[in-house]
Amino acid sequence: MLINQFLLLGAVLFSIGVYGVLARRNGVLVLMSIELILNAVNINLIAFGAHHGTVAGQVFALFVIAVAAAEVGVGLAIVLLLYRNRQSIDLDEVSSMRG
Amino acid sequence: MIFAAELDVAQNVFFGLIAAMTIVGALRVVTTTNVVHAALWLVLVLAGVGANFLLLGAEFVGVTQVLVYIGAIIVLFLFGTMLTRAPIGSDDTVTSRQWWVGLVVALPLLAITGYVLIDQWGDDELINEGPQRTAEVSDSIFSTYLIPFEAIGLLLTAALVGAIVLARKE
Repeated sequence: MLINQFLLLGAVLFSIGVYGVLARRNGVLVLMSIELILNAVNINLIAFGAHHGTVAGQVFALFVIAVAAAEVGVGLAIVLLLYRNRQSIDLDEVSSMRG
Repeated sequence: MIFAAELDVAQNVFFGLIAAMTIVGALRVVTTTNVVHAALWLVLVLAGVGANFLLLGAEFVGVTQVLVYIGAIIVLFLFGTMLTRAPIGSDDTVTSRQWWVGLVVALPLLAITGYVLIDQWGDDELINEGPQRTAEVSDSIFSTYLIPFEAIGLLLTAALVGAIVLARKE
């Protein structure tokens, strides 16, 4: 197998995730797009770890998975709080800190 | 040609299938107008990424991907959807009116990263194929990476406490 097939799959997933973060305005869907980005990074970490024959890539992928779990927990709590305060999770309406 | 390896035809065929499934799923995650459908398409993407981990010989991370992502994070997303009473049916307001801005950023990003990757790695074979032992991973976590591991534990605890504090009713 070529290393590039995994790296390019990661690049495609990353770009789709970036598109989702920018184009979505529902809070939950933005968090899902961030998950796409983190998964793309994990593919790259594991591919380079396998390429160099070390387990460092796997260890860091596990760290990324743990951080992603924490991020989703806090992110969804924030979205929930947003819904409780404004009865909407439309991110375009969250503009009270606009200068 | 990028799938040009001679020896491992089966792996390349399965990689092609899994990659197609993953990309279609990811596109549906960012384009569907139904929040619950987006969560279910995300399951497909996460399973495809887990299968890629298995192809790369990282069994433990693949299993963790299924347990943590598909088992726990998707359920959290579905809870978030239900608790915020997002419209369960299809809903056009989930995508921004300026969605093309995302395309303007994402397509050049894909072009640049793709060009750089092909320029740098070309047709390089993946060396050191084959599974890496889980025992080595755990040895590494508990020796070389012990301090980052403890930091991650602290971060998870802080995040869980923070999530409870945020979501609790006064």
